Amino acid sequence: MESTQAVRPHSRGRWLILLGLLLSALTLSGIAASPAMADEGGTDGQAEEFEYFFSGNVKYNDEPLEGVSISVSGGGFEAETETDENGQWTLGVPEKEAYELTLDEDTLPEGVIVEDGQSTIEAEFGLTNRKAVNFFLGEGQRVTTDYGAQVLIRVVNGLNFGLLLALAAIGLSLIFGTTGLSNFAHAEMITFGALMMLTFSTTLAFPVWLAIIIAIALSGGLGWALDAGLWKPLRKRGVALIPLMIVSIGLSLALRYTFQFFYGGGTRQLPGATIPSEIRLGPILLSWIDVVSMATSVVVLLAVAFFLLRTRIGKATRAVSDNAPLAAASGIDVDRVIRIVWILGGALAGLAGILWAYFRPGVSWDMGFQILLLVFAAVTLGGLGTAFGALVGSLIVGLFIEVSTLWLPSDMKYVGALLVLILVLLFRPQGILGRRERIG
Amino acid sequence: MIDFLAILGNAAQQLISPTTAAYALAALGLAIHFGYTGLLNFGQAGFMALGAYGFAISTLSFGFPVWASVLVGIAASIVFALILGIPTLRLRADYLAIVTIAAAEILRLIFTTNTFDEVTGSASGLQGYKGGIAALNPIPDGTYGFGPFTYNAYDWWIRILGWTVVILAAIFTWLLMRSPWGRVIKGIREDEDAVRALGKNVYSYKMQSLILGGVFGTLAGMIFILPRAVVPANYQTSLTFFIYAILLLGGAATILGPIVGAMIFWVLLSFFSGFVSRAVEAGWFPFMSPVQAGQLTFILVGVGIMLLVVFRPQGIFGNKKELAFVR
Amino acid sequence: MSDNVAPASKPVKTTGLHIGDPAPGVKKVDPIIIADGVKRTFGGLTAVDVAHVEIPRGAITALIGPNGAGKTTFFNLLTGFDKPDEGKWEFDGRSLAHVPAYRVARMGLIRTFQLTKALGLLTVLDNMKLGAKQQTGENLFRSVLPFLWRKQEEEIEEKAKEILTRFKLDAKQEDYAASLSGGQRKLLEMARALMSDPTLVMLDEPMAGVNPALTQSLLDHILDLKSQGMTVLFVEHDMHMVRHIADWVIVMAEGKIVAEGDPHEVMQDPAVIDAYLGAHHDTDLGDSDDEHVTAMKELIDDEQ
Repeated sequence: MESTQAVRPHSRGRWLILLGLLLSALTLSGIAASPAMADEGGTDGQAEEFEYFFSGNVKYNDEPLEGVSISVSGGGFEAETETDENGQWTLGVPEKEAYELTLDEDTLPEGVIVEDGQSTIEAEFGLTNRKAVNFFLGEGQRVTTDYGAQVLIRVVNGLNFGLLLALAAIGLSLIFGTTGLSNFAHAEMITFGALMMLTFSTTLAFPVWLAIIIAIALSGGLGWALDAGLWKPLRKRGVALIPLMIVSIGLSLALRYTFQFFYGGGTRQLPGATIPSEIRLGPILLSWIDVVSMATSVVVLLAVAFFLLRTRIGKATRAVSDNAPLAAASGIDVDRVIRIVWILGGALAGLAGILWAYFRPGVSWDMGFQILLLVFAAVTLGGLGTAFGALVGSLIVGLFIEVSTLWLPSDMKYVGALLVLILVLLFRPQGILGRRERIG
Repeated sequence: MIDFLAILGNAAQQLISPTTAAYALAALGLAIHFGYTGLLNFGQAGFMALGAYGFAISTLSFGFPVWASVLVGIAASIVFALILGIPTLRLRADYLAIVTIAAAEILRLIFTTNTFDEVTGSASGLQGYKGGIAALNPIPDGTYGFGPFTYNAYDWWIRILGWTVVILAAIFTWLLMRSPWGRVIKGIREDEDAVRALGKNVYSYKMQSLILGGVFGTLAGMIFILPRAVVPANYQTSLTFFIYAILLLGGAATILGPIVGAMIFWVLLSFFSGFVSRAVEAGWFPFMSPVQAGQLTFILVGVGIMLLVVFRPQGIFGNKKELAFVR
Repeated sequence: MSDNVAPASKPVKTTGLHIGDPAPGVKKVDPIIIADGVKRTFGGLTAVDVAHVEIPRGAITALIGPNGAGKTTFFNLLTGFDKPDEGKWEFDGRSLAHVPAYRVARMGLIRTFQLTKALGLLTVLDNMKLGAKQQTGENLFRSVLPFLWRKQEEEIEEKAKEILTRFKLDAKQEDYAASLSGGQRKLLEMARALMSDPTLVMLDEPMAGVNPALTQSLLDHILDLKSQGMTVLFVEHDMHMVRHIADWVIVMAEGKIVAEGDPHEVMQDPAVIDAYLGAHHDTDLGDSDDEHVTAMKELIDDEQ
């Protein structure tokens, strides 16, 4: 098995990882082929430590600095460590991949910063399983922000995140409302949008605006195809809602690994994702991407609201959500409404995926799955099946996650949002905007 | 040329591997929840994580003996089940699904975060908790067995331990399900209002079922970590989904289904991934890399779940008439 | 339909149930249920608003009224399946306010549902056994020790088979309840209710969707409940059935009780006719209204 690491002069070489390590990263531990899955021989033998390490030395004027925080992230993996008394640090990672390493400047002594603002370094392994990463320190003053400004920054970030969640959540909510399906594969509809954007903008080098339009159109197409090819036949078979939900789980798994099959396990950036933040609004520093992203979300959400409230088909959609048999009896073509909802849901999820790729930043095969629970939380918070509830729920989730990083460690920021979800169900199970009568 | 013997040997090993035992036990717990009671627990990975961490942390941080560590894990899962059940068991079925999936993720994030690194080992997890189990091993040192089933004393010990727990749990479940208790539980799956109208405290029964299946998941989590280390990344939502796949494969409202389902799942998975990766190495599929061979396996698991639910929802062992789905 | 309902022999009616003139809320000689000021609203819509009502013990009482009159909601409130906004009600002298449904059932008040709730994937016999009260084996810990509950189980099974034979379902006892016809399920639900020896049986539209061939048998079973000393309260649309077996009739309209009385007299109460015709005028034309018109015709025909 080890021989599979053979260096191939192939563009995929970057994603060529040991099979075993791949599997270990895929949760499922236990297949004989992989070290993680093979039974460990000894009693307290070496458990599956990571096989790949970044390491380095943090020194300033040849003096080692202790307690400097270094974090690594990439491919959905995150870890953090601190330098020891010799200024040394080591971080194990699961895959032979490109990772981003960040030195937390707040943990440096006063008056010391990383030179040229290079506090985040992208690093990749060479032929060995170790890679040295060095941060070059110099004298300088960090731009510090006071607490109030930090809150403001978090709020803006939270709005940005909440708005993109809302795009996905409204689609999920409309699908739930009209068909009763809790669609776990919505995660993959989000990822699909970002992957299509990546394909057309980077791989095929289309202009960005065209790539976005194509990606959204294809996402809508995916929604249509899923309905026509899978969900509609299952509805006609009379498959009950819980089995349908489990089908969507199977679909989610299959699609997710299909994405990984074709796109690999790494993270890639969309064009323009790395442009610097240069728009200053008081203490808030934003990039053009952030501004365009928020504006797009708001415009699209307004358009969806207009669609639901003012157009014939939008009203029909709400009627079907309320009471499908009654809607059918009053002459509404329920199948057509559901088809449109799937197309709309797919397109919105695709757009959410593109924006999420810029927000993270990066495109990866499981990016949609990473926020699926948050989308579910948003939909539930707002009240299952109500489109406007989903919007409100999304904003709450987005804001809560970003603002909670002021007092929660950043790797626990999703914990708060999920806790709120459980608490809301405890005290107001119908959601924030839901009607009590909807429950049982 | 492909070494089929090695592939078959690896696959056969999965029949009795502790990992298979762990999945079988977790699936049995889920059978109690989903198959018999109709509870949509999507947090079985969380119960397994509690077993793993409960055991490892009690041993490592507090120096508890094996029995106490096991009890800590079980107690933790009972508390977890109560926290999940109290708000949701009175609500519609899908609320339990959302809450359990969210709660399991919360647990995983808490076990992963650096904040509690000293206790949980954060992302790199925990090891070094196996001394107590190994000390209980009655098998003298040495290597035993034949063919692919050749293991050292510890490996045999954990297999015997794991499967003993599975068999005991299966007998316990079998006794339960043919008792009046099982009748109430199955009645709740069919229509909880009808059972309520007959004077049964449905809420309490659902809670008992949630706790019992959760404790099975917790014990499974302990078996799961005997051949490996505790690593938080193992307890993702997909773990729960794989257990659902096993349950659906075997039959949701059956006792043997989860166990044989786990065996079939792992043997097939091992055979398939072994075959494809070797075939790729041998150049049979020039368009595929070995990494992609692994992904193909998971794509098939996903497609398998879909096909099972649509075309054989009762699983291998289920009675066609007894489709174990809540409506 | 009316031909099938024609009785072989006229059932014995219980009379002298009330004190004073029969009017909404009239006092009963021996009430088993007393409800006071029970009110339930759904988002501004008042579904039930009952000032006072008493259900007589040892008799068959029919609860009738046009669609949407709040009959089923009132049923749900009485049995703990729904909670009223206000009001108090008692069963056998014990208050039922805030008592959960399963405890109401344990007190001896067993109900059936409008849409039958036979437990489809349990056998007919298991359905029956589930109805028995105070089973030792229903405790989680005792259930794994069969010797603790085997004897009780045998007794329960014997009783279940006896009742099933009475309901002519004994041939089906090993079948899944899902395989029964609609009427057989209604029978099973009623038989299951008897397993707990209830004092009051509440039947929500026992005749709905039942094959006419089975109606007579169902009627006889309901009459049989009374002869065994149980009290029956049922919701029904079929006026012939009401007139035929009910000892007392309570009429609801728009959530309120508008009339009460002997089945023959209450049908002539102008409030009853108003209730049905009013409902007819207020709602759009649909299937349900035909039902009311038919019901009214039947009423008037019968009285002539």
